[in-house]
Amino acid sequence: MRRTGGVLLVGLAVVAAGVALAMLRVNPYVYFAGYVILQYVVIATAWNILGGYAGYVNFGTPAFFALGAYTAVFLIQSTRAPLPVLILAGGLVSGLLGLGIGYLTLRLRGVFFSIATLALSIVLQTMIINWEYVGGSRGLSVIRPSGPPFGGYVTFLFTVMVLLSVVAVTVARFIERSWVGRGLAALRDNEEAAECMGVPTLRLKLFATTVSGFLLGVAGAPFPYYVTFVEPTSAFNLDYAVNALAMPMIGGTTSWVGPVIGAVLLGTAQQLATVTISSEMNLFIVGVVLVAFVVLAPEGILGLVRRLRGR
Amino acid sequence: MKRHWKQGLWNCALIGALVGVFVLASGGVFVARGADPIRIGFGMALTGGLSANGKPALLAVQIWKDDVNKRGGLLGRPVELVYYDDQTNPATVPGIYAKLLDVDKVDLIISGYGTNLIAPLMPIAIERKLTIMGMFGLANNEKYQYQNYFQIQPAGPDPQTSTAIGFFELAGKQNPRPQTVAIVGADAEYPQNALVGARELIKKFGFKTVYDKTYPPSTVDYTPIVRSIKATNADIVFVASYPPDSVGMLRAAQEVGLQPKIFGGGMVGLQFTSVMTSMGPMLNGIVNYDFWAPEATMLAFPGIKEFLKEYQARAEKAGVDPLGYYLPPYSYSLVQILGQAVEATQSLDQQKLADHIRATEFNTLVGKVKFGKNGEWAKGRTLMVQYQKVHGTGIDQFRGPGKKVVLYPEEFKSGAIIYPYAAAKN
Amino acid sequence: MVAGLLLGGFYAAVSLGISLIFGLLDIANIAQPAFVILGSYAAYVMNSSFGLDPILTGLLFTPAFYVLGAVVYRVYYASFERRGEESLRGLVFFFGVLFIIEVSLSLKYGVDYRLVEAAYIGKSIDVGGVGIAFRLLVPCLVGLAMTLALHLFLSRTFYGRAIMAVSQDRLALRLMGANPVQIKTIAFGVGIAAASLAGALLITIAPVVPSTDRDYIGRMFAITVLGGMGSIGGALAAAVILGVTESLMATFFGPSWSLAVSFGILLVALAVRPAGLFGR
Repeated sequence: MRRTGGVLLVGLAVVAAGVALAMLRVNPYVYFAGYVILQYVVIATAWNILGGYAGYVNFGTPAFFALGAYTAVFLIQSTRAPLPVLILAGGLVSGLLGLGIGYLTLRLRGVFFSIATLALSIVLQTMIINWEYVGGSRGLSVIRPSGPPFGGYVTFLFTVMVLLSVVAVTVARFIERSWVGRGLAALRDNEEAAECMGVPTLRLKLFATTVSGFLLGVAGAPFPYYVTFVEPTSAFNLDYAVNALAMPMIGGTTSWVGPVIGAVLLGTAQQLATVTISSEMNLFIVGVVLVAFVVLAPEGILGLVRRLRGR
Repeated sequence: MKRHWKQGLWNCALIGALVGVFVLASGGVFVARGADPIRIGFGMALTGGLSANGKPALLAVQIWKDDVNKRGGLLGRPVELVYYDDQTNPATVPGIYAKLLDVDKVDLIISGYGTNLIAPLMPIAIERKLTIMGMFGLANNEKYQYQNYFQIQPAGPDPQTSTAIGFFELAGKQNPRPQTVAIVGADAEYPQNALVGARELIKKFGFKTVYDKTYPPSTVDYTPIVRSIKATNADIVFVASYPPDSVGMLRAAQEVGLQPKIFGGGMVGLQFTSVMTSMGPMLNGIVNYDFWAPEATMLAFPGIKEFLKEYQARAEKAGVDPLGYYLPPYSYSLVQILGQAVEATQSLDQQKLADHIRATEFNTLVGKVKFGKNGEWAKGRTLMVQYQKVHGTGIDQFRGPGKKVVLYPEEFKSGAIIYPYAAAKN
Repeated sequence: MVAGLLLGGFYAAVSLGISLIFGLLDIANIAQPAFVILGSYAAYVMNSSFGLDPILTGLLFTPAFYVLGAVVYRVYYASFERRGEESLRGLVFFFGVLFIIEVSLSLKYGVDYRLVEAAYIGKSIDVGGVGIAFRLLVPCLVGLAMTLALHLFLSRTFYGRAIMAVSQDRLALRLMGANPVQIKTIAFGVGIAAASLAGALLITIAPVVPSTDRDYIGRMFAITVLGGMGSIGGALAAAVILGVTESLMATFFGPSWSLAVSFGILLVALAVRPAGLFGR
């Protein structure tokens, strides 16, 4: 009880800090860059729920993210729904996708799940390309609503992202500490043994994919308002897949802290690189760092820190 | 209990440290700058799918900057370019322009290359009441109808039909008049727009559509598509494609033996030197859109010859299209107009510049330019050219006139069409 | 339809490496398409600098790719298989490798489409009223030859049979005196060598760009799964099925859906019959 209360307090404090930062109206660039980094915190945390806790690698992050974004686009076009509705809807739809994919493939081995997620992105992208209502291959321009008093709609989106990050991390932490987390860890280490011990592996896996999908969709839903022009190639960008993988792997997959570290580090580095060095070198570095970490430091920065502290 | 508490503290400390690093690192981004030069900021596709056009565009803008600075700059101050790679990804655009405007504090902005990269810039510019010079985007302003947007692509007041109108008009003028049309295009932004325009024009000119399909951009083999088209025996074949599909289509057409009476239309890529030299004689007879060709009628514009000489000298080192006959003259003209507006109004005030640009007819590297409704050219000027007498794969044959004959519009016509398509094939 | 069959032969060539590595060795090497593209670029460079026929280049580079494959496998083995933590990190490792290869190619050669010139591109022969493009025919024939060669290798030679054995029972193999790690290294190397030739075939058929590999990830795995893990003949059959399906979709329903169809096949196959058509 006390612990939960403590967590909520910290979460609220962070959100308040975010709002304060927004009201301060510092250089607007901070909000643009900050939005992207926080978006990655959500994405990395979401990915890790399935990848780190359960051990199932999802290569189809773009599919879930883009589905959240396109659900929002659909609702914007049809009903001009307010942002909270968009976020919830995006999350629900992506969550359902997670459930569906999980149901189809999780009775097979992990590697088949991963391949299926690769295929998922492409299939979904093809479907969106052929759907004219949300812009199809041409893309769609989205007009931002006249926003709340923050001096700029993006500043508002920034605070929304702060809130969403806190929610995502809280959910991850909650799962990690609960019996769900322990069950997932058990099946990650040895699925057959876990089954034999009575862990409801299928249900846990479905739970993980659904929650992971839900959070990814939530991350994607505000995207149309941020970028104001949504088109399939950039919404389904492979960068999301690589970053969703690299950030938790680099930060450390066993705890909620890892994805946050990875997202802040890698996200910041990428934002800086966009406005300094050539961007493809930046991608190359991500790839190399990822492989280096996977080979040399599979437990990520958290693992390194733990080793340093002699645990 | 205790350990959890300490663990939590450790975690927070770790994250706090990282956030601190982030703040400090970004501090490096906020370096104060001097106020003397006039700074023009933009994002540009230097990597990613559109970089093949983005890089030559950048080179052209850089050449303009050097030309202007040689003459003493703008308003007596040197011109400086501040640009970042947008990676052909619209998601980077808001961040890039936020940095340009709020951190680098540039004086003027121009857009990146391509419809998708201009689109996210619109709300930002509208919010801050900026003048945008748009570099090759289709119908970006249709939804917003923003008064201070100007587009250098010579599409004219009806962007969707601008590519195809010359093609179908030429078809309609031939004797005997062709009757049936097959249209095909990639599932992507530009081709879809072009196809919409084509359908409109087919109705207007009274042709009959016998094939109307699209294909995914990742198609490997175009043989089934070309075969289906051949089976319809269409007189006119209009293709709206991007470079890999243009190449694939032409190759498949050659293998299958597709020979309509008039073939081409909206194929992107045939304008690139590397494609022209590798396709060689396969191009003969194709009637396709273009923006500029080294024909006598187009070489008469003031300054174009000098520009091309300078561009071609720098192109090889920069690793871009060696001839530069497609977009670079327009990229140059875009900043040229902006520069002329600054000098004419003697100010950097966004509204004054926009008002001046809207009202003036400019003399540029690509001829006279006047903007009309929604910032598009008051009168469209997409050319229709036909490849004639191309032999072998040498690059030099494309340097001068004769291989890409301009057929449309009338005022720039430099030769006669070879009709039907098969006649150009020997 | 004919084009579909020819395409199928080509797809078989492309998937041979994965059939070996994933089908037999059970290593989910999702970087395979990147190696294929690497082969394509090797062919391109040789073709544009020296005018070498792409297929010749493909064959020439086979040993180099073999060595590359062996090295990659050793790293993989040392980092993952030995520690027994294959699945998660191994997958991520290969994904990282895929990414690095793709981005390196982009950095070095840019994102322009690359083509090759060869005597037989652009020509076709007429067989019973149906024009067959050499551009498709030659890769198809080479693909069939490769499949046959691999099949013979696996069934007739010592190392080939050792590979089949190691995929079935490592312990027994050890007891028989062969070193499973060495066998697997050879197999992986062969798989990557196959990618070299496949890449040359790919660039013969169509222009190539570094991100082309993503289109093939799904196709390769679809073929291997559909054909049955470990069955080379099955992979060939599956490749032809895929090629024909894509072609038919393109002709009748419009090409927009053909790519998605191949992935659809994969998903359905996984759900309904994961062992594939000829699976063990």
